[in-house]
Amino acid sequence: MKPALIPALFLLCALLFVLSLLIGPADVGGGDSLMALFRDDGPLTLVMREIRLPRSVLAVMVGASLGLAGAAIQGFLRNPLAEPGLIGVSGSAALGAVLALQTGLAASFVLALPLMALAGALVSVGLILVLAGPGGQSFGLILAGIAISALAGALTSLVLNLSPNPYAANEIMFWMMGSLADRSWLHVAIAAPVMAIGWMALAGTGHGLDALTLGEDAAASLGIALPRLRLRMIFGVAATVGAVTAVAGAIGFVGLVVPHLLRRAVGAQPSRLLPASALGGAAMILAADIAVRLVLPSRDLKLGVLTALVGAPVFLHLIWRERTKT
Amino acid sequence: MLLASPGQLVSVSALAADPMVSLMAQEAQAYQVNNGQAETLYLLDADLILAGTYSSQATVDMLRRLGMRVETIAPANSVAEIRSLIIQMGALLGTKDRADQVLARFDADLARLPAGDTTPLAATYEPNGYTTGRHTLAGDVMRLAGYALLTDRLGMDHGGTLPLEQLVMGHPDLIISGSRYDRSTRSEEILTHPVLAALQTRRTNVPDRDWICGLPHIARLAAELSAQR
Repeated sequence: MKPALIPALFLLCALLFVLSLLIGPADVGGGDSLMALFRDDGPLTLVMREIRLPRSVLAVMVGASLGLAGAAIQGFLRNPLAEPGLIGVSGSAALGAVLALQTGLAASFVLALPLMALAGALVSVGLILVLAGPGGQSFGLILAGIAISALAGALTSLVLNLSPNPYAANEIMFWMMGSLADRSWLHVAIAAPVMAIGWMALAGTGHGLDALTLGEDAAASLGIALPRLRLRMIFGVAATVGAVTAVAGAIGFVGLVVPHLLRRAVGAQPSRLLPASALGGAAMILAADIAVRLVLPSRDLKLGVLTALVGAPVFLHLIWRERTKT
Repeated sequence: MLLASPGQLVSVSALAADPMVSLMAQEAQAYQVNNGQAETLYLLDADLILAGTYSSQATVDMLRRLGMRVETIAPANSVAEIRSLIIQMGALLGTKDRADQVLARFDADLARLPAGDTTPLAATYEPNGYTTGRHTLAGDVMRLAGYALLTDRLGMDHGGTLPLEQLVMGHPDLIISGSRYDRSTRSEEILTHPVLAALQTRRTNVPDRDWICGLPHIARLAAELSAQR
C-alpha cells in the first residue's frame, strides 16, 4: 500500500468540501461566501451556514457511510459485486423511511425516521445473507438482491400512492434516486447518531474480514467468531445505509465503485480498504453533489442518477470479468 | 354554483366538493358529485357540460362524440380574467342579470381596497420551492393588495421553482405559504427549513383553495392581505 493514500484521499475530500460550499443558485463570489461563513453578513451568512454547510456535511457523512458499508459487505461476502444499493438494502431502508413518514410516526418522534429505515435495511441485509448463502455466491446474491429491490420499490410506490398527501406520489423519485437538496442541520442531527453506531460496528470488523480472506475455516481457526462477525456486519450495514437513506434517499453504486477503485491501492486488504473506502465514498458523493448543481442547477437532478451513470458500467465490467474467469 | 339559477345545475365535480381545494365545498354538498369520467357525465344527461381547459381531453372528445355539448373554460390567471369569466358564465348559463350583479359587487369590493404608501416585498413559497409570478392569480392578488413581488425582481413572471438560497438572498418582508396536508412529505420540509425561521421574515398562510380558482371571493382575500401589510 502506498503510505500516502489516506492523506491524499483526505486532501481530496477537503478540497471537494470547500468547492461544494461555493456552489449554489445564489450568485455570490467564492471569497465573499466563505467570509460570510465566519462573520455575520445578513442573508448570505444564513445561506452559507444554514443551507450550504449542512448540505456539504451531509454529503461527507452519506458518502463515507456508503463507501464503508460497501467495502464491509464485499469483504464479508468476498464478492466485489455486493453493494447495499444493488442488493436491495437501500430500497428496503427507503420503504422503512416512507412508512415512518406516512404513518405519522416520524412526526411524533424525530428519530423514528432513521430507526424505521434501519429496521427496513435490517430485514433486507438479513434476508440477503440467508439467501446468498455462506460463500456469497454471485448468482444467488444478485438474484436475491433483484427480488428484494423490486419488492421494496413496489411497496414504496404503493405507500406513496395511497398517501392522502398530494405531494407524496411525486417523491417516489427522491426515494429511489436520492438527493441532498435543501437538507438542513436537522437532517444531519437525526442521521448522525444512527450513522455513528453503524460506523463503530463496521470499524471493528477489519481484523475479522482480513482473516476471512483466507476462507471461513482458516478464519475460525484464527479465533474469529463468525456468527458474531456476521451480526456485527448486518447491524453495521443496516445502520449506516438506513441512516443515509432516511435523509438522502437511496443512492446506489457508491459502495461498488469506490472499493473497486481503491482495492488494488490497499493491497486488497479489507482492514485497510474500510477507511480508504469511507474517504473515497465521501469524495464521490461530494463530487456527484457538485456535479448535479453544475449540470442542471435549477432541476434538482438526483444524485443516484449520476452515481448510476458511473457505477453501472463498472458493475457490468465486473460481471464480465467474473464470467470470463470461470 | 354562484351564477346558476336554482335547479339549473345538476352535478359538480369531486374537486368542487373537496374542502381542501374548493371554497364552495359546503354549497357543493347540495349537488350530485361526479368523478369527471365520461360514463358518469353522459348518464347525467345534462344540456351543457362545463369542462376546464385542463380536463382530460379524451373525456371531452368522448362526450362530444356522444352528442353532448361541452364548453371548456380557461382558469383565470388574473383579476381581469375573473371579470370576463363571470360575464362568459352568465352568457353560457343564460343568467346575465345575476352575472351583472356579482360583477358589480366584485368591482365595488375591489374599489374599496386601500392604496398603501409602502409596498413591502412578498413571495409565495410552496412545497418543492414553488413560487408564483405576476402572471398568476396569486401574483395579481398580491399586487392588488399592495405588495411588490420578489419574483418580479428575479424575472420570474410566471413563477416556478425558486431555490431556497435565492429566497433567503431576496429577503422578502412577507412569505406566504399554502395549505398543509396530513402526513409529512419531503416536498413540504422546505417550508419548515430552519433558515426560514432564522431569516425572521413575517410568514402567513393562505389556504390553497382561496386563490386556486378565479372567484369573486378573491377581493376579500386581497383585503385581508392588504390589512397585514
